[in-house]
Amino acid sequence: MGYTPDLMALIKRVEKTRPERVARKKAGEEFPALTLEERRIRLENYHPDFRVGALRELKVGPSKGYEVAQEIADTFEARSRVDPDKIDLNEIHYETDVLVIGGGGAGTAAALIAQEHGARVIIATKLRHGDANTMMAEGGIQAATKGWKDSPYYHYLDVMGGGHFENDPELVKTMVSEAPKVIGWLEHLGCLFNKWSDGKLFTLHGAGTCRKRMHYAGDMTGAEIMRTLRDEARNRVKDIGVLEFSPAVELLMDDKGRCSGAVLYNLETEEYFLVKAKAVVMATGGSGRLHMRGFMTTNHYGATGDGLVMGYRIGVGVRFLHATQYHPTGAVFPEQAEGLLITEKVRGAGANLVNIDGEQFVFEREPRDIESSSIIRECTDVGKGVPVPGPGNKWGVWLDSPMIDMLEGEGTVEREFPAKFILYKRYGIDVSKLPMLIYPTLHYQNGGLAYSPDGSTVVPGFFVAGEVGGGVHGANRLMGNSLLDIAVFGRLAGESAGKYVKERSEIGGLSVEHVRKYHKELEEAEIETDRVSPMVLPDYGNPEVKKRQWTTTYVGTVR
Amino acid sequence: MSTVEQQRVAKETGFAVEEFERTDLVPIFIMGKRYDVPSTLTIQKAFEYAGYQLIRGCGCRGGICGACATVYRMPDSQKIYVGLACQTVVQPNMYLAMVPFFPANRAVYNLEELAPNVKTLLKYYPEITKCMGCNTCTKSCPMDIPVMEYISAALRGDLEKAAELSFPCVMCGICTSRCPAELAQYNIGILTRRITGRHIQPAATHVGEMIARIESGRYEEPLKKLMTTDLETLRKLYVDRQMEPHTGDEMWQPDDKRWL
Repeated sequence: MGYTPDLMALIKRVEKTRPERVARKKAGEEFPALTLEERRIRLENYHPDFRVGALRELKVGPSKGYEVAQEIADTFEARSRVDPDKIDLNEIHYETDVLVIGGGGAGTAAALIAQEHGARVIIATKLRHGDANTMMAEGGIQAATKGWKDSPYYHYLDVMGGGHFENDPELVKTMVSEAPKVIGWLEHLGCLFNKWSDGKLFTLHGAGTCRKRMHYAGDMTGAEIMRTLRDEARNRVKDIGVLEFSPAVELLMDDKGRCSGAVLYNLETEEYFLVKAKAVVMATGGSGRLHMRGFMTTNHYGATGDGLVMGYRIGVGVRFLHATQYHPTGAVFPEQAEGLLITEKVRGAGANLVNIDGEQFVFEREPRDIESSSIIRECTDVGKGVPVPGPGNKWGVWLDSPMIDMLEGEGTVEREFPAKFILYKRYGIDVSKLPMLIYPTLHYQNGGLAYSPDGSTVVPGFFVAGEVGGGVHGANRLMGNSLLDIAVFGRLAGESAGKYVKERSEIGGLSVEHVRKYHKELEEAEIETDRVSPMVLPDYGNPEVKKRQWTTTYVGTVR
Repeated sequence: MSTVEQQRVAKETGFAVEEFERTDLVPIFIMGKRYDVPSTLTIQKAFEYAGYQLIRGCGCRGGICGACATVYRMPDSQKIYVGLACQTVVQPNMYLAMVPFFPANRAVYNLEELAPNVKTLLKYYPEITKCMGCNTCTKSCPMDIPVMEYISAALRGDLEKAAELSFPCVMCGICTSRCPAELAQYNIGILTRRITGRHIQPAATHVGEMIARIESGRYEEPLKKLMTTDLETLRKLYVDRQMEPHTGDEMWQPDDKRWL
């Protein structure tokens, strides 16, 4: 296959400017970074969040009046999949101490630590254990482990700067202070981080970092962490049970206002099950499959933001859901790879971003929202984007990966980015010799449910961990802090839940009154809709097929 | 999928491509049944085009989770190919089935207690000695991993080598499904990787040193200052912070050492 002849002709322009750009980098000269003021202007003019119509004010719930992404507002202003009149709360199918909703990195970390505190745990997950955004994270995990040059003080500054100084200071302090502990924990569980022969961990820069503190395992750090955590959970099979293909669709409360379990839906048999628990940890991850603003996403199939609406319905407010993160470098050619994440580490290793003329137009290590806005600007107002062959009107810019071999030695690209090297090779493109064509792709939910540094929330018995939570990254997350977030707050939520269940002596009468109340609130706000939430799965059905499905019913998007 | 933004610009600049009907359909056979699908689709998207709402066989959609391993043949050949449905583009007359799960043997173990040698592998996966050296596992790997090579390395007691070679494994299970000796190669693989990470590779001493510093309370005051300082000062500290050079030496140190 390979690039089209048109693209190969354009690549010549990139090759023409490359020697000079490599020389400048070797001399330590970088494209000038934007000032804080210039960053603000760039965002306001080009970031998708700032477009007219991107946000909408919530009309119901604890964060009523707050403007969030339209697509998330749609899931909040929707009815439950559960009918309070039809549910028999006396028929309990599973009972446990801690119910973890979500089988990704945060959920599994929470399960492991809760178990270490003596709790019995059930992990309920929508797809398989490990089918989560964690598995797809590539670049690395930040932590200030190198005391001769770094400390949590510098990590704190970086996190705050990346988040536009709007982050919750307590959450940030917790995350950066726990970070080295988490690296030690993962190492102890057997994660194969890249190391020198004496055991010292390799670390790299990310965008917005002042120190090289990104620890990594090849170009599949998230997969390595997820595989390891999942394997450990499987070893603790006596205490940790996993219910796969069983997404939670609503939370259960008791008559004392404590979270007491959830309603699960077996995707394969279409049955509903009730799980009674003394504590619930919500770790459902992100919402990229809601496709904000029509963008392709890097997220996994099940990332439909389910936990957000479930937590919202029981009274937990949300933060920073007006700030969606677009990863600057999503593959945009070939069509089959569209939306796929090309790790920021490629830029961290020295690759420039260049336009159709082979010119640099932005420092490649600006924080993600600035970087994405700059690419969008280059492809729109500046008009120097590269037209992408294929259906639709798409543009991209070049990510000049061949620079890396020129800077660090031949074979570096293949060695440091094996997964992507193989992926592009399958499409007939050698990315150590040809640049990648990229455009911003929907990537991360910067905000989410409000929680405290120990993972607890305003609802007793309800804990939050990972991407579904909001506050620690402020308005924009830095690379390497998501794997850190899930490990730190997954562990802390697990610890809090484990301790909480020891104190909680009983579970009162179960109730779904909160659903009834929520539906009433929707009515009073005059919201008329046939939407149901959580979405559970995105709709990738073929409209032609649906016309022929004469007797099929869909509840929301799920058949 | 064109974004809202791209559609707006297309309209304004007049550079709009008309949405065309997909006339480039090719036949494929899903579990023996023919469906005509657009030629540019991946197998996974072809399933959805054909009318399947995927429950099994769909995970990350990005080539790393192993949910969508697919076996297929092409016409007039007995050869069996393996690929990931989310990454493999359809070919005309592809004859395929997804293998979303295989009931492989998995041992339960306590990593702390394991000795980093072949005896551990023999204890938990004794079937490893039954490897016939047929190389079917290698031929069945959608990630092009030299599976038999890492099993051989493991049998030789070179767990570190087995860990290195098996590293890109997405744990799809196809190797196990086709192994005549019934080895669960991918489960053996992750055991060697965890043993290597925990018991063979040296621990990073700088991590323990930093944890001790944090626990001594050394950063409480500096962090408190950052947490409570006014926005203008915080911004200045951020903008003025020294950046570790990209091509710097690992033992580089900042000029200001007060906050280390």
